[in-house]
Amino acid sequence: MFHSRLLAAEGCQLAAVTFRKYLILAGIVVFSTLGDSLLARGMKELGAVSLHDFSGLLFAVVNPWVGFGVLLLLAFFASYMSALSWADLTYVLPATSLSYVLVALIGRIGFHEEIAPIRWLGIALIAAGVGFVAAGPSITPIRHRQPHSENTGPDLGLPSAVSQEVKP
Amino acid sequence: MNDLYAWAAIALITLAATTGDVLLAYSMKRVGDVGELWKTHGVAAVVGRILTTPTFFLGVLAMAVAFYSLLFGLSWGNLSLVVPASASLTFVANAVAARIFLHERVGRRRWLAALLVAAGVILMAL
Repeated sequence: MFHSRLLAAEGCQLAAVTFRKYLILAGIVVFSTLGDSLLARGMKELGAVSLHDFSGLLFAVVNPWVGFGVLLLLAFFASYMSALSWADLTYVLPATSLSYVLVALIGRIGFHEEIAPIRWLGIALIAAGVGFVAAGPSITPIRHRQPHSENTGPDLGLPSAVSQEVKP
Repeated sequence: MNDLYAWAAIALITLAATTGDVLLAYSMKRVGDVGELWKTHGVAAVVGRILTTPTFFLGVLAMAVAFYSLLFGLSWGNLSLVVPASASLTFVANAVAARIFLHERVGRRRWLAALLVAAGVILMAL
């Protein structure tokens, strides 16, 4: 099954996170944030959509904000699928959680919303989580993909065969 | 009572979103590195490979279930409870599910990252 395919992929340095791949991760963050913001703005212009009358949703894409928002969310989905094709789910999800931070910063800069100290702490925690996962390996090499093996791993900056082989 | 409904919706959103993410990650691992595939076989091969992977559609279906549960959850509970609670629970549930079903190596580093992000998402919603 997919184990044999991954075995083949490992031979061609799949694990290296190149500049292009960082661009795709950044794309996930930017496309999802901007897409959501444009969609929210467009839907506010359109007003409430009744759950009993979905026809209103069909015409929603005619609104330029909504239409552009949907396009950006499609771009988000494409970059998300691309990232999942070469990185672990447990790498992609934390690495792209900066979108929560970007939403807050857009609110701060674009709409002059105040950011309370507790939210700055939240931003710091998310940024720390992103830094932690981004500094580690992006994909589990196939020979370590054994079910039920203990995975405490060579993490937290300790050099090891595994973390070295997956670096670019 | 409304609280119970809100938490039921949060549980459903978390379950559906985690199922969707795991299925999509599994599908894309089967498809292979799309960047490489695009270079060697062109974009049509990439799209064809994805569209002939049945688990991809199951993943999209689970994501749709998560989205509609979110809509219903928002009608029962507060935005400030449902969205951060389901988002942060999904980060933690995904770390568990990826380890069990995708056999990803979830070491201390990734556990810490998932927990930090989950905690940060909650703090940002306060």
